[in-house]
Amino acid sequence: MVKARKNGPGLRPASWLSFLLLLALALLTVFPLYWMFVLATHTRETIFTAPPPFMFGTALERNYEGLLATLPFWRNVWNSVYVASLATITTLFFCSLAGFGFALYEFRGRNVLFGFLIASLTFPQLLNIIPYYLIIDFLGWLDTPRALWFPGMASAFGIFLMRQYIASTISRDLVDAARMDGATEFRIYWSVALPLVRPALATLALLTFIGQWNNFLGPLVILRSRETYTLPLALRSLQGLINTDWGVVILGTALAVVPLLILFFFASRQVIEGLTAGAVKG
Amino acid sequence: MTTSTREANAKAEAVTAVKPDRKFRWYRWQRRFAPYIFVSPFFILFAVFGLFPTLFSIYLSFQAWNPVQGLGSMEWVGIENYQFLLTDPWFWKSLRNTIWLALASGIPQHLLAIPLAFVLVSVVHRSLRHPLTAAYFLPYITSTVAVAIVFNTIFGTQFGVLNWAINGLAEWPLTSWMFSGIRDQMPINWLGRAPYIKPAIAILVSWKYFGFNVVLYSAGLATIPRDYYEAAMMDGATALQRFRHITLPLLRPMMFFAITLTIIGNLQLFDEPFILTNRTGGPSESGLTLAMYLYRTGFEWLDMGTAAAMSWVLFLVIGTSTILHFFISGRRGLERRE
Repeated sequence: MVKARKNGPGLRPASWLSFLLLLALALLTVFPLYWMFVLATHTRETIFTAPPPFMFGTALERNYEGLLATLPFWRNVWNSVYVASLATITTLFFCSLAGFGFALYEFRGRNVLFGFLIASLTFPQLLNIIPYYLIIDFLGWLDTPRALWFPGMASAFGIFLMRQYIASTISRDLVDAARMDGATEFRIYWSVALPLVRPALATLALLTFIGQWNNFLGPLVILRSRETYTLPLALRSLQGLINTDWGVVILGTALAVVPLLILFFFASRQVIEGLTAGAVKG
Repeated sequence: MTTSTREANAKAEAVTAVKPDRKFRWYRWQRRFAPYIFVSPFFILFAVFGLFPTLFSIYLSFQAWNPVQGLGSMEWVGIENYQFLLTDPWFWKSLRNTIWLALASGIPQHLLAIPLAFVLVSVVHRSLRHPLTAAYFLPYITSTVAVAIVFNTIFGTQFGVLNWAINGLAEWPLTSWMFSGIRDQMPINWLGRAPYIKPAIAILVSWKYFGFNVVLYSAGLATIPRDYYEAAMMDGATALQRFRHITLPLLRPMMFFAITLTIIGNLQLFDEPFILTNRTGGPSESGLTLAMYLYRTGFEWLDMGTAAAMSWVLFLVIGTSTILHFFISGRRGLERRE
């Protein structure tokens, strides 16, 4: 199982011990998520016992009924799916298109424009929250999902990611060849470039979906009614209640996390590489 | 323009010469303007939703304005908003909280992540490396609101898992010495008493983000040439010496980068304290961060002018910290890359 790599920095005598420590830390890290699923099957009464419950209980059905009674839960799920999906589809299109433009064309002002785009990445998100709210209010988009996906659909980060990938996978000769066949520029993007950059598209899709699914501050300032709430807001709205029914709240929380866990289970490498791409390749 | 594109042009012209003039002109036009059209959505959206509003918020920070009363109620107050902040005890408190939290949740993350990544890369077999990394990384992708709600129960006073674990460790002979000081304070009311709120937030933040840093440092370690270690081993350097004299210096560029990200992120801490303190900031506002105070000023007390001013102060704080960090460690760290 464990063996010191022959040429590595090498800590042979301590190998087993350090591996066990790493394993213990991994279990400790995952524990809160495991515990979340345990609590989702318990009632308030069995959650608040000493020692706390570590095994699954029997109140899953009861909690589910309680969840449907306190929240328009599936409506909130739909809102989250809707916003995250639209954000993902539009981001994929506009970011790959702009990435294609920056990677494969020489045009006047290109470097200035790209530099501007990179500079916009360094702006702290919070600086924008008040003006963002004002412009949404001005457009009359408060309490609508489009306020959440529309402004960010050509994100600087996504364009950067796509540009880097396109520049390293597609040659200008290929583009020229397509041009010789009389293809329009958009046609070259759509039929030649897009199929070749699928891996980067998948990564960007995962990142956008996860980001929108978890987004809290944006919906918090934009959405006003229980019917338009996305999942994080809906869960948060349960918190203020007196005598919070924790079994119910945690079940909702667990259900909100499940889609991400499934995504992560199947694409953990891609998610991890994508989320740290700016840092590692930067 | 390359020769092949010129050929393509020539061919396109040859092909379209026989066809109607209109189609030819369209082809020429789209050749010329395609790149501009392709990159324009970002710039249009950024102008409308980013640049213009941000510039407007500079203007707004010199106004007194309640958005409910419409644009007409805006009133020029000069630097009053900024003056108010400098004399506002809540502002200073939230600034102190923010810096305290940035340090207390930032430093442990890196102190844990660097040795962890080192062991992960040097000791653990390749096939086990990814599952472990994925486990550490998992909290990073889960919704902050969701995990903060779960941590609400973990931090419970009477029946929370954390207090239960501390009690257990305090009674266990092997570890009891470590907990002798805490023992008489049990059970700790993590979220209900002022001195414990910030540590509670810091625990959640460290848990959520240390895995991200483990990945960064693993990638950084992978770039260090093996020969260095081999040479050091030939000279009889111990593992600790190798870590201290080879790994740490060569990891500095990545450390600089990772710490910069932590500074920028931690100074904007919002979701975690918001949920853990049920949006109030907790008793005597000891969990109120600048970002939360900004939100409450703008969206609860509807004082947009002051909130805008606060966002610029926050921007200044982030900028200063990043530059400070650059001068303290970055310059030297980045030079070593050569």
